[in-house]
Amino acid sequence: MAIRSFFLFILFFSSSISPVFSLYEDQVGLMDWHQQYIGKVKQAVFSSQRAGRKRVVVSTEENVIASLDLRHGEIFWRHLLGADDVIDGIDIGLGKYVITLSSGGSILRSWNLPDGQMVWESSLQGPKHSKSFLLVPTNLKFDKDNLLVVFSNGRLHAISCIDGEVLWKKDFEAESFEVQQVILPPGSDLIHVVGFAALSQFEMYQINAKNGELLKHESASFSSGFSGQVSLVSTETVVALDSTGSILLTISFQDGKISSQQTPISNLVEDSLGPAVIIPSSVSGIFAIKTDAVTIFIRVIGKGNLEVVEKTTHEIAVSDALSISEDQQAFALIQHASSEIHLTVKLAHDWDGNLLKESVKMDRQRGLVHKVFINNYIRTDRSYGFRVLIVMEDHSLLLLQQGEIVWSREDGLASIIDVTTSELPVERDGVSVAKVEHNLFEWLKGHMLKLKGTLMLASPEDMAAIQSMRLKSSEKSKMTRDHNGFRKLLIVLTRAGKLFALHTGDGRIVWSYLLRSLHKSEACQSPIGLNLYQWQVPHHHAMDENPSVLVVSRCGPSSDTSGVLSFVDTYTGKELSSLSLDHAVVQVIPLPYTDSTEQRLHLLIDADKHAHLYPKTSGALSIFKREFSNIYWYSVEDQNGIIKGHALKCKCTGEVADEFCFDTRDLWSVVFPSESEKTIATVTRKLNEVVHTQAKVVADQDVMYKYISRNLLFVATVAPKGSGEIGSVTPEESWLVAYLIDTVTGRILHRVTHHGSQGPVHAVFSENWVVYHYFNLRAHRYEMSVIEIYDQSRADNKDVWKLVLGKHNLTSPISLFSRPEVITKSQSYFFTHSLKAIAVTSTAKGITSKQLLLGTIGDQVLALDKRFLDPRRTVNPTQLEKEEGIIPLTESLPIIPQSYVTHALRVEGLRGIITVPAKLESTTLVFAHGVDLFFTQLAPSRTYDSLTEDFSYALLLITIVALVAAIFVTWRLSERKELQEKWSFYSAFASQSTFSSLHFSDN
Amino acid sequence: MKWVEVIVSFILTLSFLSFPSCGFQSDELLVDDEEFGLEGAPQHRSPEPIPTRSPPVTSPTRKRHSDLDSDSKIQFSLDHAFGDSDFSPAGTFSARLKTWSHGGQTLTKLRFSRNSFSDVEKEKFKNLLESDDFYRIRLPSNVLSPPGRDFIISSVKARCLPRESLDEHFVIHMEGVNVLAVNYGSPGSCPYPRNLKLPAKWSFSSHTVLKNSEQAPRAPVFTEEILGGENAEGEVVQPAERSFWAKYWMYLIPLGLIVMNAITQAMNMPEEQATGQVPAQGQLSAGAVQRGPSSAVRRR
Repeated sequence: MAIRSFFLFILFFSSSISPVFSLYEDQVGLMDWHQQYIGKVKQAVFSSQRAGRKRVVVSTEENVIASLDLRHGEIFWRHLLGADDVIDGIDIGLGKYVITLSSGGSILRSWNLPDGQMVWESSLQGPKHSKSFLLVPTNLKFDKDNLLVVFSNGRLHAISCIDGEVLWKKDFEAESFEVQQVILPPGSDLIHVVGFAALSQFEMYQINAKNGELLKHESASFSSGFSGQVSLVSTETVVALDSTGSILLTISFQDGKISSQQTPISNLVEDSLGPAVIIPSSVSGIFAIKTDAVTIFIRVIGKGNLEVVEKTTHEIAVSDALSISEDQQAFALIQHASSEIHLTVKLAHDWDGNLLKESVKMDRQRGLVHKVFINNYIRTDRSYGFRVLIVMEDHSLLLLQQGEIVWSREDGLASIIDVTTSELPVERDGVSVAKVEHNLFEWLKGHMLKLKGTLMLASPEDMAAIQSMRLKSSEKSKMTRDHNGFRKLLIVLTRAGKLFALHTGDGRIVWSYLLRSLHKSEACQSPIGLNLYQWQVPHHHAMDENPSVLVVSRCGPSSDTSGVLSFVDTYTGKELSSLSLDHAVVQVIPLPYTDSTEQRLHLLIDADKHAHLYPKTSGALSIFKREFSNIYWYSVEDQNGIIKGHALKCKCTGEVADEFCFDTRDLWSVVFPSESEKTIATVTRKLNEVVHTQAKVVADQDVMYKYISRNLLFVATVAPKGSGEIGSVTPEESWLVAYLIDTVTGRILHRVTHHGSQGPVHAVFSENWVVYHYFNLRAHRYEMSVIEIYDQSRADNKDVWKLVLGKHNLTSPISLFSRPEVITKSQSYFFTHSLKAIAVTSTAKGITSKQLLLGTIGDQVLALDKRFLDPRRTVNPTQLEKEEGIIPLTESLPIIPQSYVTHALRVEGLRGIITVPAKLESTTLVFAHGVDLFFTQLAPSRTYDSLTEDFSYALLLITIVALVAAIFVTWRLSERKELQEKWSFYSAFASQSTFSSLHFSDN
Repeated sequence: MKWVEVIVSFILTLSFLSFPSCGFQSDELLVDDEEFGLEGAPQHRSPEPIPTRSPPVTSPTRKRHSDLDSDSKIQFSLDHAFGDSDFSPAGTFSARLKTWSHGGQTLTKLRFSRNSFSDVEKEKFKNLLESDDFYRIRLPSNVLSPPGRDFIISSVKARCLPRESLDEHFVIHMEGVNVLAVNYGSPGSCPYPRNLKLPAKWSFSSHTVLKNSEQAPRAPVFTEEILGGENAEGEVVQPAERSFWAKYWMYLIPLGLIVMNAITQAMNMPEEQATGQVPAQGQLSAGAVQRGPSSAVRRR
């Protein structure tokens, strides 16, 4: 009995030990999460189908066209067009095709509305670049075929809605003609094309929609010229502003005759406020102009009589017109008032009467309303209801209906600029411990279920219960720091200037903050966020402080505009302070020093090459002074192909005494010959990377010392001719040169030329190696190369006795001014995919072996063991090398389908991969972002230091109990046996003695 | 298979051999010793011919010399600066410009003549040593039309240079007639707490090395061996196959122990019964039955 139970245990154990190589199906979603976004909506079209699901088709600034569920905001389908395929217009044709015009009006596509399949695509060429318009008339027929009218690249096209065939086209070749509007008067077969020519000429073309014949061409000249856009107030009237922005021109072209009227704005508004611009809208009879502070709505009465209907100083957004019946048009108007927004829906011809007036409470962190799209529906009482889709300043998308926010999408997360992480608060007394343990019965039940699952006794319902239990595990989404360091906050900065904190457990938004410093203001016209840095990471003597991040931004696209710093608390999401700098920010250098409150020192380099120290405290200054002569940095001038090294010189010698400002000097320069080389990639090591061991033991018990320097820079240059598209040059005139440059002394440590190769180059630098990816024109394949760099100056430290007696130079400080004795090893391999991003896993202590994370062209993340990129690989490794783990050399790197980190998912528009070490050495956290977000945990050498998530504690418990029971049983058995033995011995002895005594008595 | 190995090892050894040759066959050039001026480091030629780089657009030397594989002498100057002072001439490099038949131009036979320090310069250098400041040098980025686009600057802490004399080491990275970068420093190490040490001799001993780009190792191509490849793979895999014992010894040993334990247990059981029977007989005969009827008894 006991033996049998022993065998059973062995069976149990062997089944539970079976190793886990990759993800199983039921582990999806356990440690990873995936979020889908679309980006800031540019244009929205509501599907007016009566039957079927209500949907809205949107195009976004991330070049996504998507069909969203109007009830919940979920994505039905979505297509990401290429980065240079910007969407110019979308519309719905025949009620079932989504028509998109993209790439500057040169590609017209039609998609099936229900499932998003592409129906046709046609390419439209034209004589010159121009504005593009897409018009889908409802009643324009041509041989039972609905027509699409597209104006693009200076040519007017009529295209069949069914198959995308161009039916006719008409060129507008006049050199200076700039199209402003294409008008289709309803119920006629005419197309009006209006525009400006030679800055002061107004042109109107009348075209027959059936065949593209030019019917009429009129022009009139206006001496005052035009500025900005025109607003269409009726099918035969447009309003424009003159070049000074102070006179309104009302131009009507009834019956092909141009007549006009000029009205100075000062006539309409008493206190004129500088130049105005026209807000584009298509509401008939009404247009809006905006000056610096005031928005004015003006109604056009009759022929050119203007009347101001409203003047407001609030921020305002207007939707396009929506025709609700034959002669009625409605439009939506949104006004801001402190924490609320007021939505009004009005009829175009009746300004004072409101169809709808609602107030909606709006989160201040969403900022202003940027766009409004209106849609109507029929209420249960058969009256008209309106809902509006609004796009906010933070790029989020909301649907308002009946005075409520029906749904919202945080689409700002589709355009992440920078990512950093922050620890969660430590669990303290009073913070409730995991709720899981509260109910012992529940806990036991859960584990019994898991046990059943392990023993394959579970029914499908049980399996579902197990799965949902695992996914919901509240453990991973708690708001406190965990022992393994899996729970963190991902702080992301989006293009809209909003900071989000995402929880790594389930990806939910913990807080979000629209940076006030990134608001448009007098001083800062078009602020843009640049980077995120960890400002304060409390650990030693500032435990009670909250960690904070530094957001660096500047007031304009060019690098010499002044910068803005904001400091944001990562626990609360509140801005601690913000600084408007009086200098520009060209480069930010986080220094490896912290002051007494654990604030990290940062050096900001401005456009005049002055260095500014932050934080501006005396403590920081004294720390900085101590390390003054040991601070070096470099700058890359991409245009000139020059890399320069800098050091600090002395205090600024300006007129204003600023003790935190320092002059700099150039120490070295590397000038790439402009006729043969152009820099395309520069990569350094991550600042916070940890290297566990400096030495590498190779097969024959030999030691090689890694050349580990934080000051190494990898630079890739290509021939200027070969910097274009792949295939634009022949292999003979294209080459790629890889450099390893020491950034303190400017020494070129390694320089190697790949002939017949071409960019784009994606590279990653870690420890003492760099891996880069490029295209080999000769082999017509992508290639990846590795360079490892080893230090020879310490190669003598192999003798154990030297190490024991301390006669080695391993602990002596290293100066980069010594002449380096390095050797490099490199190897190249073919690789199938082209890449979008490349990263390397990083762990807490750097012991775990590394994996490369490759963002493939299919928007997936592939993990590739670094061992495949080991320059010591040979075709036939010796036995010793094999034991060391060297893989036989193959010409190409393998792509193992199981090693896709993103498994079945895609991170659409993948832009970056970020790895963060967890506290558990074996595990690294991976965050991939693009239009979508994806997060997971990776264990490159498997989780050797912890039990896996699905480890069955109940099984362990039962095993222990059973073992204890078995010990008891066997103990009892053996005791019984012992007793028996004793008895038998006794009785044998006794019988023998009686026998002998008998015998004796016989004698 | 074998010959690929040979070729690979040959290429490897070639590349390994050729690499240090740049570092060690340096063209040491002593200023005072014009006669013994050694040649510039032999240009690293990889086994395959390097495709032509676009030659400089304006090359006055090519006009001057009608024949193609021609040599011409050129000179370019080295400037130096003490700390943040302005640059002043410090020496002259002279070299032969070799024009290859395919149009490329390279420098060979680099010589360097260093001007010795004047008294003012000595004083300046002493100041540098005292303040542990930088001694900076610069070269033109194009040797034919100096200074080219910009000067190539390099600097070193002055305290790294003095030994017996002032020892300096130049590694000039060239690309045709363009100077990419110059690695300037002491020929040996410069241990970190830099101590103030004045040179015994105020003369320079200079070492210069010219370096051109190396060619990257090609990605391995096994196209000829598609058939043999499988074999080779099989060969590779087989030795990796370990014996059953080698793979599972850690499971087998405890299993064996358990089995042995079980066997002894099982051996003991009948023995126990057997030993139990003998005394039972005795007991029976003795009439001293203490236990209930045993199975052995019943079997009787």
